[in-house]
Amino acid sequence: MKPTLAVFKFASCDGCQLSILDAEDHLVAIAGAIDIVEFREATTRSEPGPYTVGLVEGSVTTPHDALRIREIRDQCAILVTIGACATSGGIQALRNAADVEEFAAQVYANPEYLDVLATSTPISDHVKVDYALYGCPVSIDQLVDLVTALLAGRRPSIPNHPVCIECKRRGSTCVLVAPGIPCLGPVTRTGCGAICPAFGRGCYGCFGPSSYPNVAALATAWEAAGVGRQDLIEALRAFTVGAPEFAEAARAL
Amino acid sequence: MPSDIRRIGVDYISRVEGEGCLRVAVRDGEVTEYDFGIFEPPRFFEAFMRGRRFTEAPDITARICGICPVAYQMSSVQAMESVCGVTVDPEIDDLRRLLYCGEWIESHVLHMYLLHAPDFLGYESGIALAADFPDEVGRGLRLKQTGNAIVAALGGREIHPVSVRVGGFHRVPTRKELEPLIPRLEQARDDALATVEWVAALPMPEADRDDEYVALVSDDEYAILKGRIRSTRGIDVGVEQWNDLFVEEHVARSTALHSRIKERGLYQVGPMARFNLSEELLRPVALDAAHRVGLAAPCTNPFRSIVVRAVETVHAVDLALDLLDRYRRPERPAVPVTPVAGTGHGASEAPRGMLYHRYEIDAEGRVLDAQIVPPTAQNQGSIEADLLHLVERNLELADADLQHLLEQSIRNYDPCISCSTHFLRLEVDRG
Repeated sequence: MKPTLAVFKFASCDGCQLSILDAEDHLVAIAGAIDIVEFREATTRSEPGPYTVGLVEGSVTTPHDALRIREIRDQCAILVTIGACATSGGIQALRNAADVEEFAAQVYANPEYLDVLATSTPISDHVKVDYALYGCPVSIDQLVDLVTALLAGRRPSIPNHPVCIECKRRGSTCVLVAPGIPCLGPVTRTGCGAICPAFGRGCYGCFGPSSYPNVAALATAWEAAGVGRQDLIEALRAFTVGAPEFAEAARAL
Repeated sequence: MPSDIRRIGVDYISRVEGEGCLRVAVRDGEVTEYDFGIFEPPRFFEAFMRGRRFTEAPDITARICGICPVAYQMSSVQAMESVCGVTVDPEIDDLRRLLYCGEWIESHVLHMYLLHAPDFLGYESGIALAADFPDEVGRGLRLKQTGNAIVAALGGREIHPVSVRVGGFHRVPTRKELEPLIPRLEQARDDALATVEWVAALPMPEADRDDEYVALVSDDEYAILKGRIRSTRGIDVGVEQWNDLFVEEHVARSTALHSRIKERGLYQVGPMARFNLSEELLRPVALDAAHRVGLAAPCTNPFRSIVVRAVETVHAVDLALDLLDRYRRPERPAVPVTPVAGTGHGASEAPRGMLYHRYEIDAEGRVLDAQIVPPTAQNQGSIEADLLHLVERNLELADADLQHLLEQSIRNYDPCISCSTHFLRLEVDRG
């Protein structure tokens, strides 16, 4: 029997699961090697677990979802979180430092109709996660590699070094050193292809922290480029605001 | 439950980006109760945009929807440029159109081939469809890839591209970088024309229903990037008058706000609205393709939206080719934008329909207030009206068949529920 793949969605923009459908060249091959039995965005087919691999997109933001993720964990032999929402709570984790009732009242006329948690939290706050793919959105190459690795029974290789290394390999001019554009590349996990510096702008951290990010040193480099600490704090409090390394670094600055 | 009642329950509708539910009670052949709801955990974008810098709007609001991030970027930058009194260079507008064409192609093709066509042919998914229709689905994937390639060439990646900024782009490509797209788009034009023929031949349920169609309209182009708000019943105003015309309501059954025309009611945005208002402005190759398969305005059968999407794909491919043919690298990637305190409006045509943004910012460029009205929220009333219309006319169908028809009907709108919220749970309670 073929291994089975299930895709689940929590609070998110759907972009990471869409990346599966964006893997056009590989999509039919993947579907041939692994049985996609649950993937609401793509198929009416819906089969109960257990599943060999579960991919989870999105963050936990409602009491119902906090229960649902536990049920899903129980059904998946291997659970993989995909993207910034699932791994760090996403941009919607900006609510965590705010008053969610006030937020709800700003957007909705009748906030009492809503049933939401005060926080947006990563999947790993709720259940054990076996592997994580980072990024907003995830890299299609990393996604295809992950599925391939799991099918082959090898450990997926998910790099944790900073964007700078990829940027140097790509041959881009350093935007922080040369034109003096604030860039989070030195503290951000690689995987995107170092696209922002290649487009003449600073990295905005959508893959979250690299391993052992040295934010204090980055603050000095930003100051040398004429950009103050408050700006760095705000830059860290964005697409992966819920990542502990960024949250703590922002507090420490 | 009384013995004369039957129930059909659908907890989630697949192949839409989201979750919702529909409950219908039927007594003696009459629909007596009706409840359509959308459940997507709210993410509060409009609330956390407050206090952010005006320059962050395109990157942050793109995250509302992974299917149409360019639409969010385009509506937000135009809103911010309007607050600050900035007009971008015409070459930059053309590059924005090209980027938007890429998104229209990939979004429309994703929906037609992988999400919607399976309904018409009785398959559970595009992947399952590929087993029996490998050439057709292969053509769709190739076409979608070309749309993605445009977005990636201009923006670095397919989803949440990184090049767009208030005032223009962070970087504009050289002509040489874009030239490899030309042969791919020539292939794509053939593929898109073949798609029109293919979808027009699908078995089409009858479901014509009169509606007020609303879209951006321009005098000299089939509006994608900008235009005035017009309707098939006489509305003709600038986008800054959005709040004078429409009102958003919050109902208990939904986390999406419903939009209505004040003192008039529901309306519809999207491909059929654009087509019904601007048919004659389609590129000739797209207009010919439409007429060849018997599609002409007014199109009022929502199931035929798949044909309109195919025609719009031809238009987007042909427009992209034209923009590429004429492309010369702009002298500057962006105009400088200094924040000015005030309120600005921006609207563009997302693949699913008109997307409106309004921001109030202060003199430092901090966002004081944000309003974002996605197309799916505007279409919710029409989706409900279609469902009711279909239930009333198809009560003789078995539960499973009725459910299938209703799900397909919802997918007519290509609902990107993430942008507003999430999708469908069906319970038909029959007398």
